[in-house]
Amino acid sequence: MRRQARKPFDESKIPNDLCPIATELIELKTGDWRAERPVVDRDKCVKCATCWLYCPTQCVQEKSTWFEANLEICKGCGICADECPHHAIVMKEELEE
Amino acid sequence: MVCDGNEAAAWGVALSRPDVVAVYPITPQSSLAEYISQFVADGIIQADLMDVEGEHSVLSVLHGACLAGARTFTASCGQGLAFMFEPYFRTPPMRLPIVMSIVTRDGITPQCVWGGQQDAMTVREVGWVHMYCETVQEVLDTIVMAYKIAEHRDIMLPVNVNHDGNYLSYGVEKVTLPDQQEVDDFLGEKSTNWHVALDPERPMSVDPLTGGAEGAGPALFVRYRKGSCKAMQNALTVIQEVHEEWGRRFGRHYAPLVEEYRLEDAKYAIVTIGSMSGAGKDAVDLARESGEKVGLIRIKTVRPFPVQALRQALSKVKAVGVVDRAVSFGWNCGPMYQELLSTLYLLDERIPAVSFIGGLAGADITIEHFNRAIETTARALRGEEFSEPIWLNEND
Repeated sequence: MRRQARKPFDESKIPNDLCPIATELIELKTGDWRAERPVVDRDKCVKCATCWLYCPTQCVQEKSTWFEANLEICKGCGICADECPHHAIVMKEELEE
Repeated sequence: MVCDGNEAAAWGVALSRPDVVAVYPITPQSSLAEYISQFVADGIIQADLMDVEGEHSVLSVLHGACLAGARTFTASCGQGLAFMFEPYFRTPPMRLPIVMSIVTRDGITPQCVWGGQQDAMTVREVGWVHMYCETVQEVLDTIVMAYKIAEHRDIMLPVNVNHDGNYLSYGVEKVTLPDQQEVDDFLGEKSTNWHVALDPERPMSVDPLTGGAEGAGPALFVRYRKGSCKAMQNALTVIQEVHEEWGRRFGRHYAPLVEEYRLEDAKYAIVTIGSMSGAGKDAVDLARESGEKVGLIRIKTVRPFPVQALRQALSKVKAVGVVDRAVSFGWNCGPMYQELLSTLYLLDERIPAVSFIGGLAGADITIEHFNRAIETTARALRGEEFSEPIWLNEND
């Protein structure tokens, strides 16, 4: 395969009506869709980062002694609760406000 | 050299130096796929040839390759194109400058493996640039030009270079092979992923979910839709510029959007598309010998639709007959006839128009068929009305 020299990107010269890219779409809050939220028991959490690794939306954030999901992004899929080896996460139903 | 349209297309690809090609064979495109494979095996095309299991994967692979900076090519038609439709629909709004031949084939069912333009005409509204070739040489030349159009900074859209199944795919003509260095100079540096990329050095999520009725709202979606429409309009200018430059450099001049043939003093005209135009021009010449003031308008570029160029051509005549090689099911006419009607609205004076449908299922559109179309359009000029389409091969 013939390779071309890579040119560095210059974002300022890219028109904003070509293809959508993620950097300008952070306003989309997928947390709106959630039916259940993950709740972390901080006493059980040993900060092993299993939830951080498995989260499909990569929304798990590191705190001082525990991990927890960013609820603006978390869709409530429950994978973190399912994978947590210490059963530190439970899914709780979102109640109508 | 002497070759058919499928080999000419493969030579056009070779001269454009792609990095990744993926082609799944389907009649009447199959020999094009074989030429591409042979050229890769022989080192004439120095590209990665991706063997995948079907057309959906073909175009998906090219999406990734294009995002990684590769110049890409594929070809398909008919049912293969139908299977490709999901990534096909996504290609233009991702603004990926992929070039693809559609070796046009009639739509099944009824079962049919022969030429027709139903496949390409059906997908003309998806956002790809569509150009239809008349000759084998034009197939080769247009493939190369397509890369320059697709990768133009104001365009960044995929381009379909369409040639008629059977008539151009297997039709053999004399072809001049352009010099590689001259093609390199013409095309310049390739440019496929400056705007959106799979690039570890600049991580980004490509084409994520935009807002809709809920959430962030439709404004982003609308902005990108408008961007695609604007690029299409820009293409009208760029296609002309690229064809002019090709003519200057290589000495072969093609009408980029709409070709006018013997239209100067014509009272009426036949509109054609693709390889049928050769027989159409012969029929016009014959009619001229017997004193008929008839001309021919060939539409090369179907998307973007060349409204102004066609309007200019139509303003020279007082009646028009459109020969389509496909049907518009809901309009009971050919698709180009249907679109020509929209252009007629822009004329100062209303002129009669007749829809002819011919060449379905690989049928030849002969000079005799064109004679009939010319005679019928002459009758329309004299005031006779034709509200139904005329099926040229109905009794063949």
